[in-house]
Amino acid sequence: MSILKFLYKPQNELEKEGRNAEPPAGETEYTCPNCHRTLVESVLEAQNWVCICGHHFRIGARKRISMMTDEGSFEELFSTIVTDDPLAFPGYQKKLTKAREQSGENESVITGTAMIGGIKTALFVMSPFFMMGSMGSATGEKITRIFEYAAEHSLPVVGWTVSGGARMQEGLLSLMQMAKTSGAVLRHSQKGLLYITVLTDPTTGGVTASFAMEGDIIVAEPGATVGFAGRRVVEQTTMESLPRDFQTSEFILEHGFADIIVQRSNEKKLLSSLLAFHGGNHDSL
Amino acid sequence: MTAYDRVRTARSTSRPTAQDYIAGMFSSFIELHGDRRYRDDEAIIGGLAYLKGKPVTVIGIEKGHNTIERMRRSFGAPEPEGYRKALRLMKQAEKFHRPVVLFVDTSGAFCGIGAEERGQGQAIAENLMEMMGLRTPEISIFIGEGGSGGALALAVSDRVWMLENAVYSVISPEGCASILYKDAAEAPKAAESLRLTAADAYALGIAERVISEDGLGTPDFYSKLRDEVAEEIGILEKTEDLIERRYQRFRAFGRYDEEIK
Repeated sequence: MSILKFLYKPQNELEKEGRNAEPPAGETEYTCPNCHRTLVESVLEAQNWVCICGHHFRIGARKRISMMTDEGSFEELFSTIVTDDPLAFPGYQKKLTKAREQSGENESVITGTAMIGGIKTALFVMSPFFMMGSMGSATGEKITRIFEYAAEHSLPVVGWTVSGGARMQEGLLSLMQMAKTSGAVLRHSQKGLLYITVLTDPTTGGVTASFAMEGDIIVAEPGATVGFAGRRVVEQTTMESLPRDFQTSEFILEHGFADIIVQRSNEKKLLSSLLAFHGGNHDSL
Repeated sequence: MTAYDRVRTARSTSRPTAQDYIAGMFSSFIELHGDRRYRDDEAIIGGLAYLKGKPVTVIGIEKGHNTIERMRRSFGAPEPEGYRKALRLMKQAEKFHRPVVLFVDTSGAFCGIGAEERGQGQAIAENLMEMMGLRTPEISIFIGEGGSGGALALAVSDRVWMLENAVYSVISPEGCASILYKDAAEAPKAAESLRLTAADAYALGIAERVISEDGLGTPDFYSKLRDEVAEEIGILEKTEDLIERRYQRFRAFGRYDEEIK
C-alpha cells in the first residue's frame, strides 16, 4: 500500500457528503485517492470503477445493482419508506434534503429482489452518497423488511454494506435499528436460509456491530475500511501509532473476521457460485 | 435538571456500581470468569446468584470503585472478551433455565487496537442476534451510562429499566457536539437534542420503567428494586411467546413515513 493511501484519511465520514457527491453524467475526470492518476469516467465505468492500481472507488447503490445482478432482473421493494426526522433534530431536515439531492435516493439503502447468476435472491445495497450510508429508522426498517420478505419467500439475502454507523440525528431510535435488524437476520437464519454480506468501503460503527458481521459468509472488497470505532477515535484514545493496514479488509481477514476478499471484477461470479452452493431458490431451478 | 446534568450525574464516580447492586439485591453471588476464547475482561462481571431464593444469572458492566480498580476494569469499557463472556453466561442461563438480570453502565465499548483486532463489532453483533433468540427471560437495568452499541450489547432484553439519572445514547454528547458544532464544549446543547435521558427513553418506549433514585444505594432501595425485579421475572416466566414478544418489542422501534403509491 502506498504512503499516499496511508496518509489520505477523510476528516469525518459523516461530514464529507459534498466531496463524495455522485458526479453528473458525461466525461468527468476522477483522481484516484490511492495512486493519484486521473481517470475519465468511461474508463472507470469499463473497469467497474476500479483504478489500474487496484483501488476500488466507492459507487452508488444503483450502479452496484446493475453491476452485480442479472440485467433487468432487479425489482425494488419498500422504496416508499422514508425517514421523517422523528426527534426534530437541529439541522437534520437540511442534511436530508442535501443527501436526497446528491444521491438521487430517498434513503441510505435500496432493497429488493434480483437474479444473480440466474438465482433469485433478496438484496439490500447501501449507498455511500446518502449521509455516508448512516443508519436511521427508515434504513433499519427497510433492511428488516427485506429479511422478513426473504424468510417468507425462502430467498437468500445478499447485502452490500457501507456505513458511517448509526445516524445520530435519530438518537436512540437509530441505535435500536441495530437490535431490530439483528432480530430479522436471526429469524431468516433460523429458517435455514443463506445470508451473504459484502463489506465495502467504509463499513463502520453500528452497522459493523450488527448485520454486517452477521452473515453466514462475509465477503469484502479489497482495501475497504472495516471497523467498529473510527480510526481517528482509536488514534486519539490510544495515542499509539496504528498499523498501516489497520481496519482494512485485509486486516479483518487476517484476524479472522471475513471469509474472503474479492476483486470487484470477480464479485458477481463469486456470489453466483456461493448462491449455487446453497441451492438458490427452487422456483428458479 | 438539564439533560447534561443527568449525563454528569450518570457518570459520577460516587454512584453505586454493578457490584453494589449485586451485593444489595442478590445473595450467594459466585462470580464466573472468562470468555473461554482468550481472557477474562474485568469490565464485565457475571455469575450465579439467588434473587429472593431463586437462582438467576447476573451480569453487569463494572466501572470499579477506586482508581486502581477502575484501571483494571478499563473504566467499564468492555473489550470483545467481555461481551463474549456475557454471552457465554447467558447461554449457560438458557441451558439451566435461569432468568438473566443485566446491569448496564458504560460510556461505550472499549476503543483500542486490540479490541478492533479481536472483533469488537463482531462481538457486539453476535450478542444482539443471540440475545434476540435467548429462550429465557432477560431484564436490563441501566444504572448509569448507556453508551451506544456497547450498552445495547447487554440490552436486547424483554424489559429495559432505567434509573432516573441514567442515560442511554447513540453517541456521547461530546462526540455529537464535535461532529455537529465542531466543538465538544457544546455537549450540553447536543445532550438536549439527542434525547438521552431516562424520561426520553421512556417516552420513546425504549425503556419500560424509570426507577426513582430516592434512597439510592440504601438497603431499602435495593430491597424495593429486588422485589420489583422478582415480580417482573415471575410475569416473564409465565409469558408463553416470550421470544416473539421480544422480537416485536424491538421490531416496533423507529419512526418513518411510508408514502402510499
